[in-house]
Amino acid sequence: MLWQLTRRLAVLGASIAVSTVVVFGFMQVLPGNPARVALGVNASEQAVARMTAEYGLDRPLVVQYLDWVAGMLRLDPGVEYISRAAIGPQIIDGLGVTVWLVGAAMLLAVTVAVPVGAWMAIRHRHADGVALSALSQVGVAVPAFLAGIVGISVFAVRLGWLPSGGWVVPAQDPVGFLQRLILPAIALALVQGSVLARYVRSAVLEELQQDYLRTARAKGLRPAQAVLRHTLRNAAVPVVTVAGLQLAGLLIGAVVIERVFVLPGLGSLLLDSVQSRELLTIQSVVMVLVVAVLVINFVVDALYVLIDPRLRTGGRR
Amino acid sequence: MFSSSRRVLGLVTAAAFVLSACNAGSGSEDGDAATGGDSDEAVSVGLVAEPASLDFTTTDGAAIPQALLYNVYETLVKVDSQSGEVVASLASDYEVSDDGKTYTFSLVEDATFSNGAEFGPDDVVFSIERVQSDAWTVSLKDQMDVVENVEATGEHEVTVTLSRPDNSWLYAMTTQVGAMFDTEGTDDLASEPIGTGPYEFAAWDRGTDLTLERHEDYWGPAPFFDEVTLAYFNDGNALNNALLSGSIDVVGTVQAPESLADFENGDYQVIEGTTNGEVVLSFNNEQEPFSDLRVRQAARHAIDHPTLLDTCWAGRGELIGSMVPPTDPWYEDRTGDYEFDVAKAESLLQEADATGVEVRLRIPTLPYAVACGTVVESMLEDAGFEVTIEELEFPATWLEEVFTAHDYDMSIVAHVEPRDMRAVFGNPDYYTGYGSGELIALLDEADAGTPEEQNAKMAEAAALISEDAAADFLFLLPNLVVAKPDITGLPENSASISFELATLARE
Repeated sequence: MLWQLTRRLAVLGASIAVSTVVVFGFMQVLPGNPARVALGVNASEQAVARMTAEYGLDRPLVVQYLDWVAGMLRLDPGVEYISRAAIGPQIIDGLGVTVWLVGAAMLLAVTVAVPVGAWMAIRHRHADGVALSALSQVGVAVPAFLAGIVGISVFAVRLGWLPSGGWVVPAQDPVGFLQRLILPAIALALVQGSVLARYVRSAVLEELQQDYLRTARAKGLRPAQAVLRHTLRNAAVPVVTVAGLQLAGLLIGAVVIERVFVLPGLGSLLLDSVQSRELLTIQSVVMVLVVAVLVINFVVDALYVLIDPRLRTGGRR
Repeated sequence: MFSSSRRVLGLVTAAAFVLSACNAGSGSEDGDAATGGDSDEAVSVGLVAEPASLDFTTTDGAAIPQALLYNVYETLVKVDSQSGEVVASLASDYEVSDDGKTYTFSLVEDATFSNGAEFGPDDVVFSIERVQSDAWTVSLKDQMDVVENVEATGEHEVTVTLSRPDNSWLYAMTTQVGAMFDTEGTDDLASEPIGTGPYEFAAWDRGTDLTLERHEDYWGPAPFFDEVTLAYFNDGNALNNALLSGSIDVVGTVQAPESLADFENGDYQVIEGTTNGEVVLSFNNEQEPFSDLRVRQAARHAIDHPTLLDTCWAGRGELIGSMVPPTDPWYEDRTGDYEFDVAKAESLLQEADATGVEVRLRIPTLPYAVACGTVVESMLEDAGFEVTIEELEFPATWLEEVFTAHDYDMSIVAHVEPRDMRAVFGNPDYYTGYGSGELIALLDEADAGTPEEQNAKMAEAAALISEDAAADFLFLLPNLVVAKPDITGLPENSASISFELATLARE
C-alpha cells in the first residue's frame, strides 16, 4: 500500500512538472503584448520595447520559465506587469472565495444527491422514484450560469430576499456571507448534484441485484437496512470517482458562476488577467487550478483504497 | 487632441469598457444640491471596467481617469460634462497672449492636497515637467511636447510658454495629462493617489470596489456624500441586477440599451444624453478596395443609419455623420452627406469595378460592434459587397491584428476620446491609414487660430472627413445612466472623461 502511494505521488509530481511547461508554453502563443495594452495604442515602438524590457518579457523564455517556477515554489509568483501588485496575495484572496464556493456547492451536491439517488434506486418502479429521476435529468441539462441568472432574477430582483451578487468576508459579516454564498452555491451544485444523483442511482441499482443483498435480506434485514449497511459502501467506488471528477468540474464551473455573481474569486482573477494580458497572473492561476485538480484526483485514488479493501493488496482491481 | 482609440484600446479590463468611458461626468446644473457638505451619507455607483492600476501616468485606459479625474485629481482647467466647455478649476482664471503661445494661469489660493501639502505654482511646474520626463510612459504624454517652458511667475501664478500656438494643448490640460500632483506625492501612484480634489482615495479592494472619502480641507464647495463607492462589474446584467436589488444607487454606464426597459417602470430615473464615443465603421484607406474613394462612398451610401441604430442599439444614440459629437463647439449635422441609396452604392461599386468585392469586417468582441456587425454586413451585401465577419477578442487580439498590423478591410470601434479627429484621421500611420495633407493642414490651422478660427477650421475638417468618406459614422454612443429616484446631480451628457462625483447628492 505504501509503495502504491509513493508511486502515485511520483506520478502527481511528474504531472505537475509537465503542466508547468504546457501552461507556460500556452502563454507564449497567446496574442497580445501587455506593454502595448498598458501604454495605449499610439505608443511608439520604442516605448513598447522599453516597457517590455521593464516587464522582463524580453528575456530568454527559459529564463522567464525558470524564474516563474522558482517563484511558484517559493509561493511568490511575482508582481503584475501593469498594476505592480503582488500576485500571491491576489491568488490567496481569490482562493478564499472560490474554495468557499466550491466547498459549499460540493457539500450541497453530495448531501442531496446521495440520499436522493439511493431513494430513486430503491423506488425505481414507483411513481416518486420515476418523477425524481426525470427531475434529475432536467437538472443535468440546465447550465449553471442559467440557473444563476434565473436565481438572481427571482430571489434577488423580484423577491429581494438575497443580494444579487458581491462578496463579504465571513469573519466580518457571517449573515451577509451566507446570503451571498447560497445562490451561487445552489447554481453550481444543481448540475453536479443531478449528475451525482444519477450515478448514485445506477450504482445502487446495480448493487441491489447482487447476491449478497439477497443474503442480507434472507438473514432478516429490512431493505433500507440492507442498503444502508451493504449497498452504499459497495456503490461508493464509482460514486467517489464521479464526485472527484465533479469537484474538478466545479472548480472550472466556478469561473463562470463567479462572473455571474460578481464574486472576486480565482475565476474572476483569471478572466481579468486574460483581458489585460497579465501573463504571469494567468499562468499562476491556471497552475493553481491544475494542481488542485491533480491533487483531487490523487486523493480520489487514495480513497479507493480506503473504501475497497480489495484494492489494498496490489494493482489488481 | 486625444486618440480616442487610445482610450478605447488601452482599456485593460472589461470588454465592454468602451461604454464605461462614455459615462463620465457631471457638471450638474443644480450645483446647490451638491453642497450638502456635512452629510455622513454614502453612495454607491456601479461601473464596468475596473482600472488595472490607479496610475494613469504609466497605464492607459478609460477607467482610471473616469474614477479619479476631477474627483481625486484636479486640473487647472476642466471640461464641463454637460456642455463640453472648458471651464476654470485649479486656475481661477487664465490669459492667452495674442500670439497664442503664452498662457498665464492664476491659481486658486487655498487648495491643498489630501496629504496636507499646499497646492502652489511649484506643483504646477513639477506636474507639467513630470509629463515630459520619463516618469510618464503612456503615449498621451506627447501632448505636452509643445510646452517649451513653464515657470512660477508669482505667488499664485504660473506662466506656460508653447513652442507654437496650440489650442489642443489647453484641452489636453483638462484631461489626466493636466492632472496636478504634489511635488512629494508621487511615490506610489499605482495604489495611493494624492490630489487636490473634492474626494480623497480611501481604499481599493481589487476586483470589487474603489472607495473615496470626502476631502475635508477641499478648497471648493464640499461634496454632499461623505463616502463614494465605485463598484465594478464585469457583466452588464450583474450591474443592472445590483441596482434592481438595491445594492447600488446608480448604474453609471448601462451596457445594453435594451435593458433600459427594466428601469422604465417609474421606480428609477433614466438619464439619456450624449458622449464622445463615435461608433466608427472604419475603412482601411491604405489598401484596396477601400483606397478607392468610390468604394468608400458606396459603403457609406449602403448603410441605412436610422434602421441600423434601431436594430442594433435599440434606437438609443445620435446620428452624427462625422467625427464630432454635439457637445463640441464645431458640431454640424453631417448625416445628409451620404443619403441611404442602394442603387447609387451599386453603381459606384460598378464604376470602381468592384462589384462582389470581398471584404473582411474584423470587429472587436464588444457589444455594440457585435450587434451592429451583422447589420452592417447585410446592408453592405445588399449593395454588392461580399462581407466576411471575424470577431477578435478585445482588447489584446483586436489591438494586435487590426490596430497594430493593419490587417483588416473594415472594423467597427467606438472612438471615445474627446476631440479625437486628428488622432483618428490626421495620421497616415494610424490604423485608419487616412491622414490626407489637406486634412492635416486644416487641423494645424485650427490649432493655431483664435477660438472662432478654430471652430471654422474644425468644422471644415469634419466636412472633409465625411465627404472624403474616410470612414462611416454609424452613430454616437448614448450616455445612459440609471439611478434611484432620490439621487440628484447626474448630468445628461458625458462630454468629459471623468465621472464627476462631487455634484451627486440625495434628496
